[in-house]
Amino acid sequence: MSKKELTCIGCPLGCSLTVDFDDERHEVISVTGNSCPTGDKYARKETTNPTRIVTSSIPVIGGTMAMVSVKTRTDVPKSQIFAIMKEIHQTKIKAPVHIGDVLVHDCAHTKVDIVATRNVDAAR
Amino acid sequence: MKEHDVVIIGGGPAGLAAAISARKAGVEDIIILERSHQLGGILNQCIHNGFGLHTFKEELTGPEYAQRFIDQVEEAKIPYLLDTMVLDVQSHKVSYINKNEGMVTIGAKAIVLAMGCRERPRGALNIPGYRPAGIYCAGTAQRLMNIEGYKVGSNVVILGSGDIGLIMARRLTLEGAKVQVVAELMPFSGGLKRNIVQCLDDYDIPLKLSHTVIGIEGKERVTGVTLAQVDDQRKPIPGTEEHYECDTLLLSVGLLPENELSRNAKVRISPVTNGPVVDDTMQTSEDGIFACGNVLHVHDLVDYVSEEASLSGKNAALYVLQGRLEKCEIPLMATDGVRYTVPQTIDVKTMAPLVTVRFRVGNVFKNRSVSVYYDDKRIMCIKKKVLAPGEMEQVILQKKSFEAYPELKQITIKIEEA
Amino acid sequence: MDYDVMIIGGGVTGCSIARSLSQYELSICLLEKDEDVCSGTSKANSGIVHAGYDPIPHTLKAKLNVMGSEMMPQLSHDLDFDYKQNGSMILCFDKENLPKLNELYDRGIANGVKRMQLLSGDEARALEPNLTDAVQGALYCPTSGIVCPFGLTIAFAENAYANGVQFKFNSQVKTIDKIDGGYKIGLAGGESYTTRYVVNAAGVYADVIHNMVSDKKLEIVPKRGNYLLLDKEVGDYVKHTIFQLPGKMGKGVLVTPTAHGNLMVGPTSKVVDDKDDTSTYSTDLEEISTMASMSVKNLPLRKVITSFSGLRAHEIGDDFAIGQASGAPGFFDAAGIESPGLSCSPAIGEYVAEMIAKVGNVRKKEHFITTRKGILRTKDMTSEERTSLIKEKPEYGTIVCRCEQISEGEIIDAITRPLGARSLDGIKRRTRAGMGRCQAGFCTPRTMELLCEKTGMTMEQICKNKKGSELLEENK
Repeated sequence: MSKKELTCIGCPLGCSLTVDFDDERHEVISVTGNSCPTGDKYARKETTNPTRIVTSSIPVIGGTMAMVSVKTRTDVPKSQIFAIMKEIHQTKIKAPVHIGDVLVHDCAHTKVDIVATRNVDAAR
Repeated sequence: MKEHDVVIIGGGPAGLAAAISARKAGVEDIIILERSHQLGGILNQCIHNGFGLHTFKEELTGPEYAQRFIDQVEEAKIPYLLDTMVLDVQSHKVSYINKNEGMVTIGAKAIVLAMGCRERPRGALNIPGYRPAGIYCAGTAQRLMNIEGYKVGSNVVILGSGDIGLIMARRLTLEGAKVQVVAELMPFSGGLKRNIVQCLDDYDIPLKLSHTVIGIEGKERVTGVTLAQVDDQRKPIPGTEEHYECDTLLLSVGLLPENELSRNAKVRISPVTNGPVVDDTMQTSEDGIFACGNVLHVHDLVDYVSEEASLSGKNAALYVLQGRLEKCEIPLMATDGVRYTVPQTIDVKTMAPLVTVRFRVGNVFKNRSVSVYYDDKRIMCIKKKVLAPGEMEQVILQKKSFEAYPELKQITIKIEEA
Repeated sequence: MDYDVMIIGGGVTGCSIARSLSQYELSICLLEKDEDVCSGTSKANSGIVHAGYDPIPHTLKAKLNVMGSEMMPQLSHDLDFDYKQNGSMILCFDKENLPKLNELYDRGIANGVKRMQLLSGDEARALEPNLTDAVQGALYCPTSGIVCPFGLTIAFAENAYANGVQFKFNSQVKTIDKIDGGYKIGLAGGESYTTRYVVNAAGVYADVIHNMVSDKKLEIVPKRGNYLLLDKEVGDYVKHTIFQLPGKMGKGVLVTPTAHGNLMVGPTSKVVDDKDDTSTYSTDLEEISTMASMSVKNLPLRKVITSFSGLRAHEIGDDFAIGQASGAPGFFDAAGIESPGLSCSPAIGEYVAEMIAKVGNVRKKEHFITTRKGILRTKDMTSEERTSLIKEKPEYGTIVCRCEQISEGEIIDAITRPLGARSLDGIKRRTRAGMGRCQAGFCTPRTMELLCEKTGMTMEQICKNKKGSELLEENK
C-alpha cells in the first residue's frame, strides 16, 4: 500500500487529497481531504489512470502560416506525453489544413489522433 | 468623412463577441478594426486548451474558440479591416492607418474599446543586471514559438506564476527545453490550480513562492540569474541568494490593459484596474464609448470576456438605436478585501433585470463570505470556501432588489468573516 | 598604405572626426569592434548638450564645449537629428552654497555662455512647478539643450559614409605597430591594414589603444552611470534639464526630458574594474530616486519603463587627451572624452580634422555633401502627408511598433539605407522601435522578420546587438 498526495484541480479550493493506494491491484483503497464528490472522482482517476490533453504545433508546408496548432483529439495517458511529442516533432503537414483534420493517426499507439485546431490556407 | 454606427477597436475575443451582439441587437452598420493580419487576437497564440467550458460546454483550444466567433462574424457578414492600427479615438471619431487607405478618420455613433492588454516588461521591474538577449516576456516567447515555430532557448528560468508563465513552462518543456524553476514574488500563485498541477507538477518543475529575480548575468546573451527570497514587504532578504545558470529568462509579471487610446479620448481610467470606469451598460465616462475584455480589466477566463463583450456590443447598439439615456448612477464601493468591481456604477432605474458585477480580491481568503450592502443594509451574504486574486469572482444583482431602496446612495461589496 | 587615416572607434567622437575629416582629400576608414556605430558610451548617456559654464575657463574642454554647443542647432538641421534647446537649471538646496551658483555664473561668462540668469527659489518654481520647496536658488541657462545621442552619432556616420569614409564593423584592434611612414593595425580576426595616420577614439579602451604605441602611458578608468527612463506620459514633468549643484551628496543627478519626450533620471557615478561592466545595480537605482527627489516632488517612479547603464571614459588626469601621442607621431588621441563629450563632439571633430590636415598638408575637397536626411518621422507628419506617403510607399501604412507608432517603412529604411542596421538594437536606435513602454515585447517578432527579409539573415542569426546575442536557437 502507498499513500499518494495530490492537489485537486476541480475548483479554486485546491483541496489537498490523500489517496491510500493498493499498488499490487492498482486500485484506490480510500480518498481523504476532499470537500466534495468531484475531488473524490478526480483523485481516483488521477491515481489509477492519469490522462491529459496534449497541445502543440506542427510546421505547415506551403501555407499562409508557418505552424498549425494541434491537440490530441481526446485525453491520453500521462505516461505517453513525451512519446506523443516525439511523433509530433517528426511530422510536417501540407496546406490547406482545416480544424479537425487528422494529422497523425493513432499517435504513439495510444489510439488517439492528433487533430488540427485551426485553419491554415494554402499560400497563393 | 465616412460614418459607421458601431466601430469596434480590436478583433480579438472581446471585439468579435461585441460585434455579433451589436448585430443581434439590430444594428447593421458595424465595422471591426484589427491591427493584426488575422482576427482572433491573443487566442491565436493560445494553443493550449481550457477555453469554452462555460460558453460551449466543451474544452477548446484558443484558436478553436476564436474560430467559433470568427465563423459567426463571417456568417453575419460583419465587415472588418485587418492590418489596421487605430491611432486615435475621440468622441464619436476614430482615426486609423493601413497600407491601402493611408490615414483615415471615420465618424462613429458608438465606439467599443476592445484593445486587450500588454505585458509588463523587465524594464518596469527594474531588475538590475545586464540587458542581454534571452529575456522574454512570456507572451512574446509564446508568439515566437506557437505562431512562427522558433526556439527561444534551452535552459529557462521563469519569473511569475501567472497563467501565461505556467503555460509556457509546460510548452517549453514539451518542446525540449529545461525549465529549472518558476519564481513567484507573492506568497501565492497568480495562476489557476489546474495549471500548477498540469504545467509544473506534471514535469517536476519547482515553484518558489516569495522569491524574485535580483540580478541578470550575461553581456550578450543571458548566462544566469540570481533568485532571492523576499520578506513580507517583498524586499529581497540578504543571504538567501541562489544562482541559476540559464540562457533564457521568461517574465510573466503582470498584464496591463492597453488604454493609451482611451486616455487620449479623455475616458476616465480606474487606477486599480488600469481600465475605463464603466456603468452597468459597459459605457465609459465618455458618451457613446463602451469597453469590454482585457482592456477593461484583465480576465482569467475568455468565457467571461465573451459575456462581458456581448453586453457591451448590445448596449452600444441600443445607444445607437435609442440614443443617450438619462442616468442616475449609484456607485459601487469595493472595500475590505475586494480590490475593484466592474462595473463601477449601476443605474438602478434603467438597468437590465440582472446585472453581473465582477470583482477580484486582493489576497487569498479561506472560509469567508462575500457581502453586498445597500447603504448600510446587508442584502447578500455568500459563503465562500476560498477566494484568490487569480480567480475573478462575481455577484448577480437583481433590479427588483433595489425597489425597496429608493434613497440608495451606495452599494458596497466586501469580504467578511463567515 | 591602405589608408591615409584609420579611426579606431565608432562612437560619437570617432564618427564626428570621420565626418570632419571627410571634408579633406584623404582616404579614411573607421574601425568599430561591435556590429554598429554608437555601441558604447555614445548610446548610454544623458543626451545633454551642455551650455559650457562648467569647464574651467581657458581650458580645451571649455573652448570645445561652448563651440560644440553653438554648432548643434544648425547641425541638427543639416544632419537631421533630434535636438531641442530646452534650457537648464542648476539647483542649490542650501543657502550657504548659493555663492557656488555665482561661481558657475562667472565661469559661464568667462567661457562665453550667453543669456544666463540667477534665479531665486520661487522664481525657479514659477518656471518649474514640480521643483521641491527645498530649492533655494538656481542658475538658469537657456542655451542648454537635449539631443538624441544615437541620432547624432548615426547622422555623423552616415554623412561621413556619403563623403567616402569606409566603415568596418566587428573589427576589434589587437595590435598597432609603427612602420615606415605610418602604422600597421592588426585586427582580432587576423586582417591587418596600413595607414599614415591613426585616430584613437576608442572610448573606455582608448588607453589600451594608446599604450600600444606611446611611451607616455594613458589610463582610462571606466565610471559607470545608471539611469532610469520614464514613460512619455510624464515626459513633461519638467521642461528644463534640472541639474543639482555638486554638494555633500556628490555630483548630483539630473532630471530631464529627453529629445524623444521621455523623462530621464540619473546618473550615478561608480568606478568599475571591468571595461564592459554596463550592468545596473539596485543600489544605484535606489540612489537615483533618493537624490532626484531632492529636486522634484513626487517623482513618478511608477512610470519607469526601463533602466540602463553607461560607462564614462574617465582619464585620471581629468582632462580630454586630444592631440598627437607622445613618441607616436601621426597617432592622434581623442581620448578621455567624458562629459561634456557629447556636447563637444562637433567641435572635437573639426579640431582633430584640422590638426591632421595641417600635419598632413592636405586640401579640402571641392565637393563635400554637407547635409544628410534621416529616417522619416511619420508621427510628426500631418494625416494628409502620411496618406500621400502611404499611397506611394504602402509599407509606411503598417504599424509594427505600436508604442512609438513606427511603421514597416521606417524599419525597412533603417535596414536598407547605407550603413543600415544589422541588429535589433541598430533598428531601435535608428527608428525608436522597441524603446516604448512595452520595451519591444510586441514588435520584436515582426522586426526580426523584416531584418531577415531585407538582409537574407535567418531568424536564428538575428542578434540583439553583437554576435553572441542571438535571440533564437537553432531548432534541431
